[in-house]
Amino acid sequence: MSFAVEFQEVSRHFGKVRAVDGVSLAIAEGEFFSMLGPSGSGKTTCLRLIAGFEQPTSGAIRIHGVEAAGIPPFLRDVNTVFQDYALFPHMNVFENVAYGLMVKGVGRNERVARSREALAMVDLGDYGARRPAQLSGGQRQRVALARALVNRPRVLLLDEPLGALDLKLREQMQGELKALQRKLGITFVYVTHDQGEALSMSDRVAVFNQGRIEQVDTPRGLYMRPATPFVARFVGTSNVFTGAAAAQFGGPGVTAFSLRPEHVRLHRQPSGLAGNSRLLPVRVLGVQYHGASSRIELQLADNVRLVANVSNDEGHGESLPEVGDELFATWSSEAMVALREIPA
Amino acid sequence: MNANAVYLRTPLRRLAALLHRRSGLMLAVLLGPPLIWMCVIYLGSLLALLWQGFHGFDDFSMSVMPTLTLDNYAKIFEEGNFDIVLRTLAMACAVTIAAAVIAFPIAYYMARYAGPRTKAFFYIGVMLPMWASYIVKAYSWSVILAKGGIIFWLVTKLHLLWLLDAVLALPYVGGSTLSTSHLGRFLVFTYLWLPFMVLPIHAALERVPPNLVQASMDLGARPQQTFRHVIWPLAFPGVVAGSIFTFSLTLGDFIIPTLIGPSGLFIGTYVYVQQGAVGNIPMAAAFTMVPIVLIAIYLAIAKRLGAFDAL
Repeated sequence: MSFAVEFQEVSRHFGKVRAVDGVSLAIAEGEFFSMLGPSGSGKTTCLRLIAGFEQPTSGAIRIHGVEAAGIPPFLRDVNTVFQDYALFPHMNVFENVAYGLMVKGVGRNERVARSREALAMVDLGDYGARRPAQLSGGQRQRVALARALVNRPRVLLLDEPLGALDLKLREQMQGELKALQRKLGITFVYVTHDQGEALSMSDRVAVFNQGRIEQVDTPRGLYMRPATPFVARFVGTSNVFTGAAAAQFGGPGVTAFSLRPEHVRLHRQPSGLAGNSRLLPVRVLGVQYHGASSRIELQLADNVRLVANVSNDEGHGESLPEVGDELFATWSSEAMVALREIPA
Repeated sequence: MNANAVYLRTPLRRLAALLHRRSGLMLAVLLGPPLIWMCVIYLGSLLALLWQGFHGFDDFSMSVMPTLTLDNYAKIFEEGNFDIVLRTLAMACAVTIAAAVIAFPIAYYMARYAGPRTKAFFYIGVMLPMWASYIVKAYSWSVILAKGGIIFWLVTKLHLLWLLDAVLALPYVGGSTLSTSHLGRFLVFTYLWLPFMVLPIHAALERVPPNLVQASMDLGARPQQTFRHVIWPLAFPGVVAGSIFTFSLTLGDFIIPTLIGPSGLFIGTYVYVQQGAVGNIPMAAAFTMVPIVLIAIYLAIAKRLGAFDAL
C-alpha cells in the first residue's frame, strides 16, 4: 500500500513549546483520516506541516512518497479548507473558486468549466456573482470546499471546517463531506476537537495529546479499546480507574482500566448475578435525564465515583433511581479495557 | 416609594432616563455639536471661500469690489497661472509616488513581520519626525542641501561631485545647487509627508488576515501572484488614503517652496502672495479651490480603479 502522507518522528518546537513532539503516522491513499484532540494538542500544527506553512524542527514528512522538506506550499499537491474559510473578500464567489486555476495559468474555458462544476458540486451553482460577505456561514464553508477541490488535489486538508456552524448544519455537512470523499476518492485529513465528528466520519482517527499521538485506530477500535486514560476520557465518556482503585474494583494485578458507562448494570437487590461478575454497593449522587438514556452518577466504596448510562426503554424511565438510593452495580469483565499508563 | 422613584431622585438620573427612553434625542445630543462644527466651521468657511472667489478686485485702488465676476476662476487658466498649477501638480504626483514606494515596504514589514518591540520602534521611528517643529525641519533641510552642506561634503569625499553636477544639470529636476533645485524640494517634501503615507498603508495591511495569504499560497499562487492578487488589492485603500494626505499637503504647502527649490511660485506661495502682499483675497480664494478640485478628480479616478471596493 502506498501512503498519501507519512510522518517519521516529526517534531515542531516553538521556542520551548513542543507543539508537535515525535509524531509518526502513515495515512493511506483515499483514506478519511482524522486528527482529534483538545486545543493546543498539536493537531493543527500537524496539518500546517503537511500544507507547508510550518517546517518540522526534526523528522521527515513525505507526501506521496516525496520528501516534503523545502517544498513551499504553492508547489504542494495538497489543498486546505481553512477553519474560518479564508475567502478573498475582494473577489466574488466564482473568482474565489477559480483562483487556484487562474494562478496556475489554466486556460479561460477550462477554468470557467471546472469552477462551475465545482460550484455545482457544492450546490452553489447560482451564487457565483455574490461576494463572500453576502453568504451564510454554511455557504461560505461550501465555497471554501469548492475552492480547494477545483484544483483536484490528491490530499485535502480540513482544519475544523465545521467548527463555526450550528449543530444541525454541522450534522448535515458531516454527511455531505463523507459522501463527497467517497465519491472523489481523495485522501481527507480532517482536524477536529469534536470526538463525535471524528467517530462518525473517519476511517481512522489519531488522538493527539500534548503534541503526541496517544492512539491511532478505527472509530470502533478507539471506542471499544482505548489505549490510554486520555483516550478513554476524550473519546466518549468513560470511568477510568487507576492505581489502588484499579486493583480494588478491577481485580488483583490490574493497574488501569476503562469502563464505559453503558456497560454498568444497576440492580436494586443483590440478585440476578451473571457468572463472573461481582456486585458492588453504590449510592446514587445524581440523575440526569437525556431522553433516550439517563446518566446516573454513583459513589462506590472509598469515595470512588462511577457513572452509569441506563437506557430508558420499556418503562425504565419511570423506575429511575433517585438521589440517595442504595443500589448494586455490576459489570462483566469483558467490559473492562486495560489501559496503558503514559509516563508523565 | 417604589424602586423606580428612588432611582429617579436626582435630576441627572432623570435626564439619563429620559435620554434612555428617547433614543432620537440621545442621538441629537451626541451628534449635534460635531455636526454643527462640521457644517458651520468646516463647510461654511469653505463655501465662504468659494463665494469670495467670485468677487472682483480693483488693481488701482487695491481693494475688493462688491461686483460678482468669473474673472478670478478664468485667470487660473491664463498661461502664467496655469504653469503654477502644473508645477505644483507635478510635484504633488512625484512626492506621492515616491512616498508610496518608500512607505509600502516599511508598512509591510511593520504589519507582517515585526514583533511587538520592533513594531514599537518603527512606530516611534516613523512618528518622531512628525513631533518636531515643521519650520525647524524645513530650515535644517535647507542647510543640509546647501552648497557646503553635509550632502555636498559627503559627495565630495566620495569623489562623486561629477555625478551630482550631472543630476543638477538635468532640465526640470536640477538647479544651481540641491537646495535651489526641484530635486531638493522633492526630497524635503517626501521626507516630511512620508509618515502620512506609512501609517494608513500599515493600518490597511494590518487588517489583511494572514490566512488569506496562506490560502493564496495553498491554492498554488507564487509570492508575486499572492502580492498582486491578494495583498495589493486589499492594501490599495490604505495607499489611496495615504496619497490623499501627501497629495493635498504638497498642493497646499507654501513654506517648503519658499525655503527650498527654485524661485517659481507654487499654489501655496501664490495664494500667500495674493492675500498677504497684494491683498487680492478673491484671487487667493479662487486659487485655493484648485487643490480641492484636483483632489476631487483624484478621488474619482481612485474610485474608478476600485480603491474602495475592498472597504
